[in-house]
Amino acid sequence: MASSPDPSRTSHYVTDAYYADLVADFSDWQADDKLVTDAKTREDCRAFLTREARLLDAHSYEDWLGLFTGECLYWVPATPAGGDPRHEVAVCLDDRRRLEDRVYRLRTGAAWSQLPMSRTVRMVANVEPFATADAGILMVRSNFAIHEFRAGENQVLAGWCAHRLQRTASGFEILVKQVNLLACDQNLRNPSIIL
Amino acid sequence: MANGSGLTNAPGAWDWDALVQDDRVHRAIYTDPAIFDAEMTAVFGGTWTYVAHDSQIPRNNDFVTTRLGLRPVIVLRDRDGMIRVLFNRCTHRGATICRQAQGSARVFQCAYHGWTFFNTGELSGVPWPEGYATDLREEKFNLAQVPRVEAYRGFIFATLNAGAVPLADHLGPMTEIIDQWLDRHPGGRVKLCEANRLKYKGNWKLAYDNAADGYHVKFSHRSLLEMENRLKEGEEKGMSFYKDAPDEAPMYVQYLGNGNHFKDKRPNVENRPGALWEIEGVHPGMEHFEASIRQRLGDRAELALDLASSEPVNINVFPNLLILGNHIQVLQPRAVDETDSTWYGTAVIDEEDTLEGAVDEVNTLRMRTMESFPNFGEVDDATNFEEIQHGLVAEEDPWVYMHRGLGIPGRVKTDDRGLITAPATDEVFMRETYRYYKELMADPPKLEIRRAP
Repeated sequence: MASSPDPSRTSHYVTDAYYADLVADFSDWQADDKLVTDAKTREDCRAFLTREARLLDAHSYEDWLGLFTGECLYWVPATPAGGDPRHEVAVCLDDRRRLEDRVYRLRTGAAWSQLPMSRTVRMVANVEPFATADAGILMVRSNFAIHEFRAGENQVLAGWCAHRLQRTASGFEILVKQVNLLACDQNLRNPSIIL
Repeated sequence: MANGSGLTNAPGAWDWDALVQDDRVHRAIYTDPAIFDAEMTAVFGGTWTYVAHDSQIPRNNDFVTTRLGLRPVIVLRDRDGMIRVLFNRCTHRGATICRQAQGSARVFQCAYHGWTFFNTGELSGVPWPEGYATDLREEKFNLAQVPRVEAYRGFIFATLNAGAVPLADHLGPMTEIIDQWLDRHPGGRVKLCEANRLKYKGNWKLAYDNAADGYHVKFSHRSLLEMENRLKEGEEKGMSFYKDAPDEAPMYVQYLGNGNHFKDKRPNVENRPGALWEIEGVHPGMEHFEASIRQRLGDRAELALDLASSEPVNINVFPNLLILGNHIQVLQPRAVDETDSTWYGTAVIDEEDTLEGAVDEVNTLRMRTMESFPNFGEVDDATNFEEIQHGLVAEEDPWVYMHRGLGIPGRVKTDDRGLITAPATDEVFMRETYRYYKELMADPPKLEIRRAP
């Protein structure tokens, strides 16, 4: 590519090599010897994920998109181990453009599955950052419980997230957000909220 | 009698001519738990019912667990390669004997008292048999199994109606349509991969009613239609052919007997390589993989890209198999008002290498195209199904209408083979399906099990 294409409009970065790196980056990363013990880093991660949860609960999707890098991924696997998205469908696997599609659809006023929109509160806990081979990149595990109220009923979605975070001058940007639902391989009712 | 509908509270005593009429059906078929219970025998298992795809059990001893109606069953290839559908129910005290979604096993041992069965269904042994005065080799101790199991080109069906006509005869002209869907793939085969799994709190028939419905698309899927066309002004992507006047579009809906129907949107798309790919919406990695496939295959790239594109058909095999795009969607009732709707993805198999090494790239793209509709379309359908179930609570207003196209001269055409064709927005497919449904429900087939070997 002569010039770097706009990932909001075209998708050149999701290549076979990108998938291979993704599968490798999300395998065997939660090791005690990689755990970051530095209190400030741990607190920065916790604060970042807490803010992310607040933006989603507030339906502030445009601000939430702003947390991601240009060439990002939002990934909800359909298998507990994550699987290889080259060979299997995922619950969601959104590059930058599709993530913007997702937000766009919710804003059309005709996304019936989110009209009325779900009210949610998210509990984010057990935040553990892990070092990677790249000093500028952290992998962060967190557990979540999303309490969702919509159309007169409550449901709880629980699981854990893996955030691949790029350190920036002002904090972090999300390279990849992987959401591991406990029930990812089961039939889900109205999986239309952003997790 | 209630509401003049001919309803009584006695199961099996419904007035089906009152409940299912030429232009409308009564809410009770969606809301009455007793009718649901009757469907679980008269329809699910009473007629040929899809249970699994043979790519889920490729080797001898492979199994998957599923349900036939509500019955827990194990679909397997036994030690000799025969496909069987065993009841997942120990003959001793009734516990399920297999609790895994899939795997490989020569025997199944009940976790309760250790009774063990071969994968033919035959009892292989029990702990301390000297405690029994009776002969445990009696056939009644073998697992129950479905007496008729047949496959059509990889799609495995089962029925407890031992007298049912052979599957291929039952499917009749549907086989040609399934052939067309398969034969666009190298080797005429696909393989199941993971699934987008959804459920909704509504009756299973709401999804089947929707399966060939070309009337709802512009309204139910407005958000998806807008999304698909947001980036490319003036181009018609995805399901754009539903916009404006879908009645007058060349697509059509067809009824093929025994509850089976087909919505064919292919006539809306030019019949040439690459035409499907051109109308695809945008998907992750699309530009990269398209460039890579074009570089590899040159002039033949269009054929490969079309395999990554959604095939514009809805092939609906009553009561629970919906082949659409590249999905194999399976409906599984859980209760009168709860249904699992599982969208299995399919992958291209290219043993002959007709795609010259591009099959992996084609499949990677195909995974992404398949994720689009369940994420951005089916969730809105499922919401509407739930809202129908909610609306149908109103007892005094019991009718559900399905008379679009009925009584308009020349609109619905029947050919020499009895195939009924109408514009894609017509509800003729519902009317005909409910005619078949009524036959099953009013005069349920006699169901039987058999026991191995």
